[in-house]
Amino acid sequence: MEFEGRTWKFGDDIDTDAIIPARYLNTSEPAELAKHCMEDADPGFPKKVEKGDIIIAGKNFGCGSSREHAPIALKAAGVSCVIAKSFARIFYRNSINIGLPIFECEEAAERIVEGDLVAADADSGTIKNLTRKEIYHAEPFPGFMQEIIQAGGLMSYVAERVKT
Amino acid sequence: MGMTITEKILARHAGLGEVTPGQLINVDVDLVLGNDVTAPVAIQEFKKLGVNKVFDRSKVVLVPDHFTPNKDIASAEQAKVVRDFAREYEIENYFEVGRMGIEHCLVPEAGLVAPGEVVIGADSHTCTYGALGAFSTGVGSTDMAAAMATGKAWFKVPPTIKFIYYGTPGPWVGGKDLILYTIGDIGVDGARYKAMEFTGEAVESLGMDHRFTMCNMAIEAGGKNGIIAPDDNTLKYIKFRVQRDYTLYYSDKDASYEEVREYDASKIEPQVAFPHLPENTRPISQVGTVTLDQVVIGSCTNGRMEDLRIAAKVFQGNKVHPEVRTIIFPGTQTIYLQALREGLIEIFVEAGCVVSTPTCGPCLGGHMGILAKGERALATTNRNFVGRMGHPESEVYLSNPAVAAASAVLGRIASPEEVCR
Repeated sequence: MEFEGRTWKFGDDIDTDAIIPARYLNTSEPAELAKHCMEDADPGFPKKVEKGDIIIAGKNFGCGSSREHAPIALKAAGVSCVIAKSFARIFYRNSINIGLPIFECEEAAERIVEGDLVAADADSGTIKNLTRKEIYHAEPFPGFMQEIIQAGGLMSYVAERVKT
Repeated sequence: MGMTITEKILARHAGLGEVTPGQLINVDVDLVLGNDVTAPVAIQEFKKLGVNKVFDRSKVVLVPDHFTPNKDIASAEQAKVVRDFAREYEIENYFEVGRMGIEHCLVPEAGLVAPGEVVIGADSHTCTYGALGAFSTGVGSTDMAAAMATGKAWFKVPPTIKFIYYGTPGPWVGGKDLILYTIGDIGVDGARYKAMEFTGEAVESLGMDHRFTMCNMAIEAGGKNGIIAPDDNTLKYIKFRVQRDYTLYYSDKDASYEEVREYDASKIEPQVAFPHLPENTRPISQVGTVTLDQVVIGSCTNGRMEDLRIAAKVFQGNKVHPEVRTIIFPGTQTIYLQALREGLIEIFVEAGCVVSTPTCGPCLGGHMGILAKGERALATTNRNFVGRMGHPESEVYLSNPAVAAASAVLGRIASPEEVCR
């Protein structure tokens, strides 16, 4: 599965309070959460993000709280995937569980400049920078996680097993 | 090859003789936890599965603690989703307002965690219970839903970093300072995906409340779990709380560690984390003049008896600075009552503090103590991210309860030595 989009760049240690501030967690409605996505990192983001856009970030993206509202907000805001140098552990799990594609790739996070048009392929882990004509390679997911991704998230994966 | 305490607990729960870091395993969980923010999402996912019961009614814990007592209509609706689910599925451990507490203070207090057990919770600070010698870690709502249905969770066995704290901590230095110092040393991703094993004579000298504080903040270094081997203090804590059988695990002498870091606790001063990351720590002597609008003492990090006692010791006979608002929130109803009986609440009120019902409220900028633009707070909580306690242009500093109380009195970040001479 390939995701092509315009990129928005963020720094290191973007925490889940920045991705979706706790003051909005009195709802889990994806469309509501999307209205405040990344607000404390870039107040204009919810208005300027468009469907298919890609987030590029530094190390430890999604650190802090376990709120699944964070990947839910990104997905609902139209973000097609996140490419970062590294991801915080719970955010990484949550993204796989809800089906938000993520790519861990230091080179891509370094080289991509905000606004570059990028195409990322989830199956191969290949990231093409269409603006700069460069190719980067993300770490492929372990087989077990690929099964969850292919099942369409953890609940579909579990559903297949609780029925048998 | 020997195993660490974390590896032994995971191996046992995966039904394996041994495990090694990096190995993917499916483990049986002893407890699954959620709150009024994370459980509604989990319940929605759980219901999609079409199963008619949870794996074990006694092993699911639901605590409405984040936006309770309900702060507005939307949070009342979320709390109701959790309450209705608890009734429909006959969840034994649902804690209603008035009998509840901040989940990570409440769950160990209620005897729901024993040494050697595996706990997952849809809250990042679930790592707190490692203080009892359990494997305990935060997950998201979907993982919580899957575990409520199956009683299982998948993990990658983490490599372990061993932290050894030598020496005797100073009089105003506690678990909070040791963990802040450690996070300042290794950074907010210094233990990303890893187990943090806290050892050494300084840790052994700490009471359980300080140990909970240390393990609570393992996540602030990116850790998967924090863990402290059980000892007499642990057994004393669980003696009247846990009635079931449990197993004590200890790291083998030849266990393999990814890294060993050693600290001299006698040289660690009370620590203050500056905005906007817990790794921005400075010793209290290097803080300079930082004036305050608000002080918050409590939370799942520092809302237990030892925390309230030391704060009261500093407040005794003193008044909160005229320009500072101070909010104290005990971790649970039991702690609240004990503080009342010991006269601590009286000391707080006489000093000019607000004493709140247990809630996560101000810690995450939910309610009960939100900061306006440009305001500055010192809190005994765990995170000082941008906007964490309110306006994105407000600031949060982190410290232990004694420093927080002294700072409330003086109106600027200060050492308890300046107040208690």
